[in-house]
Amino acid sequence: MTATATPPAGSLLTAHDLRKAYGPTTALDGASFSIHPGEVVAVMGPSGSGKSTLLHCLAGIVTPDSGSITYSGREMATMNDSQRSALRRSEFGFVFQFGQLVPELTCVENVALPLRLNGTSRKEAERAALTWMERLEVDGLKGKRPGEVSGGQGQRVAVARALVTNPRVLFADEPTGALDSLNGERVMELLTEAARSTNAAVVLVTHEARVAAYSDREVVVRDGKSRDMERIV
Amino acid sequence: MSIGHTLLGLLESGPRHGYDLKRAFDEKFGHDRPLHYGQVYSTMSRLLKNGLVEVDGIEPGGGPERKRYAITDAGVTDVQQWLATPEKPEPYLQSTLYTKVVLALLTHRNAAELLDTQRSEHLRLMRILTDRKRQGDLADQLICDHALFHLEADLRWLELTAARLDRLAEAVTR
Repeated sequence: MTATATPPAGSLLTAHDLRKAYGPTTALDGASFSIHPGEVVAVMGPSGSGKSTLLHCLAGIVTPDSGSITYSGREMATMNDSQRSALRRSEFGFVFQFGQLVPELTCVENVALPLRLNGTSRKEAERAALTWMERLEVDGLKGKRPGEVSGGQGQRVAVARALVTNPRVLFADEPTGALDSLNGERVMELLTEAARSTNAAVVLVTHEARVAAYSDREVVVRDGKSRDMERIV
Repeated sequence: MSIGHTLLGLLESGPRHGYDLKRAFDEKFGHDRPLHYGQVYSTMSRLLKNGLVEVDGIEPGGGPERKRYAITDAGVTDVQQWLATPEKPEPYLQSTLYTKVVLALLTHRNAAELLDTQRSEHLRLMRILTDRKRQGDLADQLICDHALFHLEADLRWLELTAARLDRLAEAVTR
């Protein structure tokens, strides 16, 4: 990665001039992004515009071909794989559209899983998990397996799991994409309330305006280029 | 829709007579509601009075004199300002938005930017309604939902139009 820029003051996660191609297909073509602690930013754009690639780069899942990403003052390119994995485990939380819960584990075990992977004892991890399940109004499902709960309930369990480590950044990629309006709305209400209460930043990839309306501002990605609407309008 | 701004925008490509303006307007925007001649001439006199157009030439004929109008620099600025200012989100906005997009394409301005700015304005109102909904009772929620669904429909239209800009540009500049 070559390009660098001074991150906006107070920003937690910043990307500058990201470029990423998959073979002949350009996914990102000079995209930039920044988010402050406690801020909810919607990343919008048509299918194939590069918004999910942007999220994957910001989260350290995908390495951009060029450009810079700074998290909490540290350049991500200087971190090795294990440092990036540690960052994803302890500082970042993830919510996706589908299939994120482990079907063999109960809901409380699913929520406790990130803490268990970080070495927390089972008892302590499940106690913390239950607190988050209460906040997401799914504590009644603790003994059930993901196959026994509805889509909306499962997504709330996934949000609880994403927040159980108290991440500083929550990445949500179409978190309500598989839900109906009412369930989607409730998930967004609970997700944004929970994130705000812990001052977590939320990077929310969505193509749905009603979901984006839960954000503080939006960044539009089109043809791999980003446009920060707040800084322009 | 602002007829004055639309006629001004049509003049950006070159001076025209009132009759040509009406024909161009009807062809591009007046599918179900063509302009009356009276509207064209009253609008042009207002634009003339406000310095947004000037008379470029007068052709004497058998009937009344035919004035050819040209847009002034102030007129171009006025169109630019109108296109750059998002519309207040409200139901049945499509004809104004459509007109703005087509005029932006005809005058080689950035139509995608116009759509993004409008989307942002819609989202701004959707955030206010979403917030009101979170704090309100069931009646507030239902009222806000109604407005949100309408705004969402507009936004879908904005998205679709953004995705079809290349084709629309081809169609309107043909």
